[in-house]
Amino acid sequence: MASLVRSWIPLLILQSFLVAVAFGSKEAEQFSEALLLKPLPDRKVLAHFHFENRAPPSNSHGRHHHLFPKAISQLVQKFRVKEMELSFTQGRWNHEHWGGFDPLSSMNAKPVGVELWAVFDVPQSQVDTSWKNLTHALSGLFCASINFLESSTSYAAPTWGFGTNSDKLRYGSLPREAVCTENLTPWLKLLPCRDKDGISALMNRPSVYRGFYHSQRLHLSTVESGQEGLGSGIVLEQTLTVVLQPETTSVETNMQPSWSLSSLFGRKVVGSCVLAKSSNVYLQLEGRLGHESKNVDTEIEAHKLWKNADFDLSLKPDRVLRESSGLLFIFDIDKSSDSEPFDLGLNWKLPSKWSCQQAPLQASRFLMGSGNERGAIAILLKATESQEKLPGRELTDGRCTIKANIFQIFPWYIKVYYHTLQIFVDQQQKTDSEVLKKINVSPSTDKVSSGMLEMMLELPCEVKSAAISIEYDKGFLHIDEYPPDANQGFDIPSALISFPSHHASLDFQEELSKSPLLSSFKEKSLVRSYTEVLLVPLTTPDFSMPYNVITITCTIFALYFGSLLNVLRRRIGEEERFLKSQGKKTGGVKQLLLRLTAKIRGRPIEAPSSESPAAESSFLSTKLIFKIILIAGAAAAWQYFSTDK
Amino acid sequence: MAEEQNKKPCRFWIWASASVVFRLILISFPGNLNLSSRPEVSTPLTSIRRLAEGYWLKQASMSPYAGSMYHGSPLLLSILGPLTVQSIKGQPSHLLCSLVFVIADILSAMLLRGIGQKLQMAYGLNARLLGFLKSSRDKVILPCGDIAALVYLWNPFTIVSCVGLSTSPIENLAVVLALFGAVTRRVPLAAFGFVMATHLSLYPATLAIPIIIILGYGLDAPPIKLFLQTRSVENEKSSTSTVSKQAKSKQTTHLPFLWKTVAHFLFWVLLWSLYVLVLCALSLNKYGGLEEMFKRTYGFILSIEDLSPNIGVFWYFFAEVFDFFRNFFLIVFHVNVLFMLLPLVIRLKHRPCFLAFVYLAISSILKSYPSVGDSALYLSLWALFVNELIDMKFSFFLFCGYLGISLLSPVMHNLWIWRGTGNANFYFGNAIGYACFQIVFVVESVSAMLNHDRALRRSSSNHGEVKS
Repeated sequence: MASLVRSWIPLLILQSFLVAVAFGSKEAEQFSEALLLKPLPDRKVLAHFHFENRAPPSNSHGRHHHLFPKAISQLVQKFRVKEMELSFTQGRWNHEHWGGFDPLSSMNAKPVGVELWAVFDVPQSQVDTSWKNLTHALSGLFCASINFLESSTSYAAPTWGFGTNSDKLRYGSLPREAVCTENLTPWLKLLPCRDKDGISALMNRPSVYRGFYHSQRLHLSTVESGQEGLGSGIVLEQTLTVVLQPETTSVETNMQPSWSLSSLFGRKVVGSCVLAKSSNVYLQLEGRLGHESKNVDTEIEAHKLWKNADFDLSLKPDRVLRESSGLLFIFDIDKSSDSEPFDLGLNWKLPSKWSCQQAPLQASRFLMGSGNERGAIAILLKATESQEKLPGRELTDGRCTIKANIFQIFPWYIKVYYHTLQIFVDQQQKTDSEVLKKINVSPSTDKVSSGMLEMMLELPCEVKSAAISIEYDKGFLHIDEYPPDANQGFDIPSALISFPSHHASLDFQEELSKSPLLSSFKEKSLVRSYTEVLLVPLTTPDFSMPYNVITITCTIFALYFGSLLNVLRRRIGEEERFLKSQGKKTGGVKQLLLRLTAKIRGRPIEAPSSESPAAESSFLSTKLIFKIILIAGAAAAWQYFSTDK
Repeated sequence: MAEEQNKKPCRFWIWASASVVFRLILISFPGNLNLSSRPEVSTPLTSIRRLAEGYWLKQASMSPYAGSMYHGSPLLLSILGPLTVQSIKGQPSHLLCSLVFVIADILSAMLLRGIGQKLQMAYGLNARLLGFLKSSRDKVILPCGDIAALVYLWNPFTIVSCVGLSTSPIENLAVVLALFGAVTRRVPLAAFGFVMATHLSLYPATLAIPIIIILGYGLDAPPIKLFLQTRSVENEKSSTSTVSKQAKSKQTTHLPFLWKTVAHFLFWVLLWSLYVLVLCALSLNKYGGLEEMFKRTYGFILSIEDLSPNIGVFWYFFAEVFDFFRNFFLIVFHVNVLFMLLPLVIRLKHRPCFLAFVYLAISSILKSYPSVGDSALYLSLWALFVNELIDMKFSFFLFCGYLGISLLSPVMHNLWIWRGTGNANFYFGNAIGYACFQIVFVVESVSAMLNHDRALRRSSSNHGEVKS
C-alpha cells in the first residue's frame, strides 16, 4: 500500500504541474503562415512569405514549447533581447519601381548583406557584452559571419537616427556577407513545418535565389505580460521577400507577363501546414481602383474584380479587400489537397501600366574624388513625382517642410572630417542652421570604434534635390588588418534615410480578421530607405615586404648610430697612430686601398712614414710564417683525427 | 669698409621683405596650391585640416580629441581654431591662418638673426682672444645671423610649410624663441620657449641640455684648453712671476658653471609648465582633462598609431612589422633619440648652440611624424655656423640629395597614391633616401665641427711655437 502511494505521489505532482502550466498560459502558442504576391510595374513579381510564431507569456520560462523554436526563446532569455531584427539580403531594392512608401518596402527593403539590430533589456553597462554574445550565438545559429559584428569597430549605438529611440540599441551591418542557401536552411528550421509542408514548401532554392532581390528577415519582439510572475511572450516574425521575373512567352514588351505559382517557383502548394492557425495567400494589385465600381456587394461585381477585361485569376478569391490604392485578393489554402493543389495564376489580357507609391525623396549615395588619399561621400536626395500627394507634410513657421533623417556609419578607416559637411538644396549651398535641424556625431576612433552620423534635415516641400557631402581621408592599415582580397576595396555600410513625419500603412476599408500579415501592414511604419553600399579602394602596402622593410629600416638606424658614434669617438692622435701602423705593413695594393678608403672617408691621407725598418718587417714575416705553420699543423691534426675514424 | 657694413643690412632687409612678399603672393592663391594635403608638409600632428576638425568637435561640445583626428595642443586649438572658420569675403579661406604662419616665420627669422649676431660676436671675440684675427686679416667673419635668417626665409621647405598651412612654423618659432632667450640670457623667455616647444611637439624636450649649458657656461667657444694654452704661452713669454703662476693654476680649473642662472631657468620652466598645464586643463576640463590630452598628444607621438605615409621611415615599418614585435621596436626607435644625447654632450659641451642644432636634426630624422618644416628649422640653424662649418665635406652632394628627394617625393607619391602605377615601396625608398641624406648631413656637420676645433688647436699650438 505504502509503495503504491509512494509510486503515485510523483505522478500526482506531475499532473498538478501540467495542469498548472495549462491554466497558467491563457493562450496557446500560435503559428500562422501567409504569402503575399504582388505584380510589380517593371514586369516582375514580388513574393513575400510571412510566418509568425507567437509564444504567449508563461511562467514556464519558455522551457516547454510546442511550436515556438527553442533556440530563439533561449536566445531571448539568455541575452534579454527586447527586440531584434536580423536580415540577410542579396540584391538591391528598386525604390523607383517596387515602391517606397508602402509597409512592405519600408519593412523589407534591406541593405545588402547582413543587418542586425537589437534592443536589450539589461543595464546600460552590459549592453555591449550582451551584443557581443548575441552576435556569436546568431552566427552559430545562421551559419553566417555575424560574429564580425562583435568588434566595436563594426557596430554603433544610434540615438535617434535609426527611428527607434533607445539607448540600449545596437546596430551593425556587414555589407560584404554573401547570402546563400546555407543561411536559408537554418532559418527554415525555425518553422514548425520547415519547408516540407504548407506555404514554405514553395521555397524551391533555385527559383528563390534566381530572383533579382531576396531578403530573409527575422524579427522578434518580446511582449510584456504585465502580470507578476509571468515571463514575457515572444513574437517571432520571419519573412522572405523575393522579387522574381516570370518567364514570359509573349513578344509584346508592354504586356505584363502572366504567371502562376508553379511557373514562378516550380512547385505548387499542397495543403497548409497543419500546425498553422491560418494560412493564406494574398494577391495585391496596385492601381486597380478608382474607375472600378464602388459596390462590391453583388456577386457579379465581385466576380468582375477577379475576372475582367484586364486580367483574370485562375482561382476564385475567398475575399476581396479594398485599400486606398489597390485591391487585395485573399485565398485560403486549407481547401487544397493533393488531388487539387493550390496553384494561383494571374493572366493578363491587356497591357496595363501603373506606378508604385514612392517615398517623398529618393536617396542615392556616391563617392567623389579620385586617388587613394582622400575623397568625399555625397548623399543625394531627389524629389519623386508622388511627393506632392503624400501626407505627412508639416508646417513650421508657416513653411511646408519635409523631415528626413540620415543615419550613417563610417568604418574607422574612413576618417571623416565633419567640419567639411556641406548641404546643398537645389544646387545652392545652405548654412547648417537653415536646413539642419538636429545633428549627432560620434567620431570614430582609430582601430577602436566606428564613427556615426545622425542628421535631421528639414527641407522645404518644393525642394527638387538636396545633396549632402562630407570629406574624408582614407586610412592606412597595418598589413594584418587587410582582408585577403585587399585590392578589392572596403565597403561602407548603407546609409539609412528615414522620413519621421511620413508613415506608411495600408488602410483597409473593412475590419479584418486577425491575419498577422495584414495587421502588420496596418500598423504605421516609418518610411525608410537604404542607400547603396559604397566600395572604397584603400591603398595597400606591399604584402611581401615585411622582412625587407625591417632590415632596411634597421640598417638606417645602424648607419645613424654607428657613423655618428664613430665621428664622436675618433681622436686625431689615435687616427694618426692608426694610419702610421697601417702604413708600416702595407704593400702596394694595400696602400692603394688605404688611399681609396681615405678618399671615401673624406680625410686627407697621412703620408706613411718613410722609414720602414727592415728588421721589423722581417719580424712581421716570421710572425706570419709562424701563424701559417700553426694553422697548417692544426689542419693536419684535424685531417689525421678525422680520417682515423 | 663702413659703407659695406651699412650696405649689408640694407640688402638683408630687401631680401627678407622679398621673401615675405613672395609668401603673401603664394597664400593669396586659392586652395593653398594643394600644399596643405601633401604628406611631406602636413603630418597628423601639424595638419590644419585636423585642427579645424578638432575645433569643430569642440564647438559641437565634444572633446577635440574625439575621433583620432586632432593630436595637437589645446592652446593652439583655441588660438588657431577660430581663424579656420573665419574668412574674409572674397579672399581664399584660411587666409587669416596663413597670415599667422607668415608672421611666425618672420619672427623666427628675426630671432635667428639675433642669435646669429650674438654667435658672430662671440666668434669674433674668441678668435681675437686666440690671436687668429690679428694674424690672418684676410679671413672675414661671415654675418651668420643674416645668412641663417635668409636661409630660413628662403628655404623652400619653410615656404612650403608656411603656405601649406602646417603648424610647424609655430613649433619652430617656439624652439627658436627658446634658443634666443638662452643666447641673450633672458631666462624667462628661454623657459617659455622651451616649455611651449615641448608642449607643442615633445621632441624639443632634449633642448633642455643645450639651453642649460648655454646658461651655465656661456655661448659657443673653442675648447677651454685652447685658451689656457694661449694664455700660458703668453704668460711664459711675458714674465714668470708668482702672481701669474697663481693665476695659471686658477685657470686650469674649469670654467665656472652659473648654478644660479640655471636654477633660475629651472624655476621658470616649472612656472611656465604649470601655467600651460593649468590653461590646458581649463580648456579641456569637460573632455577628460589633462590625462586625455597627454594620451592623445604625447601618447599618439610615442605609439605611432597613424600609419599614413610621410617622409619618415616609421609609417611603413610599423605598417609591416609583426604585431608581436611592435612594442620592442617602438622602444628601440625612441630610445635611439636619447642614446646619442650623452656622447654628444661630452664631445660638444663647449658648443651648446651647435649641440642644439644636432639635437634638433636628430629628432627630425627619428621623429614619429616628420615633416619638411622640421628640416627647415635645422637647416637654418646649421647656417648659424657657416664660419665654423665652412670646410664641411659632401656639401654639394648633400645639396643635390636634398634637391633630388624633394623633387622625387611628390612624383613617387603621385605614382603610388593617385595613379596606382607604383606601390608603397617607391615612396618608402624615397623616405629611406631622405633619412640617409639627413644622417650624412648630421654626421658630416658634427665631424666638420670637431675638425674645426682640431684645426684651431693645431694652429694655436703652431702659433705658440712660432711665438715662443
